[in-house]
Amino acid sequence: MKVIGIEHIVFVSTVLFFIGIYGFLTRRNMITMLMSIELILNSVCLNFVSFNKFLYHDKLEGVFFTLFIITIAAAEAAVAIAIIINLYRSYKTIDIEEADELKF
Amino acid sequence: MDISVIIFYIISVVITGGALLAVTSKQIFRAAVYLIFSLLGVASMYFYLENNFIAAVQIVVYVGGIVVLIIFSIFLTQNSGHRLKKPDGKRVFFSALSVLSALLLTLNVIGNYNFKSNSNNTIEPEIKNIGMQMLSTTQYGYLLPFEVVSFLLLAAMIGCIVIALKRN
Repeated sequence: MKVIGIEHIVFVSTVLFFIGIYGFLTRRNMITMLMSIELILNSVCLNFVSFNKFLYHDKLEGVFFTLFIITIAAAEAAVAIAIIINLYRSYKTIDIEEADELKF
Repeated sequence: MDISVIIFYIISVVITGGALLAVTSKQIFRAAVYLIFSLLGVASMYFYLENNFIAAVQIVVYVGGIVVLIIFSIFLTQNSGHRLKKPDGKRVFFSALSVLSALLLTLNVIGNYNFKSNSNNTIEPEIKNIGMQMLSTTQYGYLLPFEVVSFLLLAAMIGCIVIALKRN
């Protein structure tokens, strides 16, 4: 366990974060953008847990932040999917460029 | 080479490879399946870090809840064999450029930073310790955020029903 330092796990979570950012910038479909947001939130959770494990192992704060992030991500995904389904009903598309009624 | 190092690299490859395929796959259903692999990789990384409770929550909420929700919404909004529109080349180029430069900068900063721990005793992240601190009302207890999150979940549930309700 001592062989792998905190840097390696933070490297992995950084790569995961920027993959999520790339997906968020390039995808134009709402569901795939939501998937990118889930990847970003996961990388943040991984950071919290690894910092708690390696640097502040006399506290549990990272674990609590991870638990609350997972809970709020579930709520956020449910609301986003309700909005997407409602949007699909009125526009027949979930492409983000097509739904521009509020834009102008 | 130590076996735990090999396991760590396998988990890392699963996480990053699944995420990369999830954001670049042309078929949206395949992207959701690759997302499952990435999330399971994150869960196994929690197991690797000996945070069993967080790993269980990750599997139950993400893989069992959110991905199933995403797959249902894919089925409800488009036919699953349908190929996604190709993003235009200029956007892909500039996104990849900015993401790569930010990634290299961040990796450089992390590689040069000297992480050191100055805490001595250890609290094991067991369910008992987590539950005791989560529901304690004393200092550093998390009862109030717990209640706030429960209200947030209730509000999100009612909001979803109201938004997705079919109007006639």
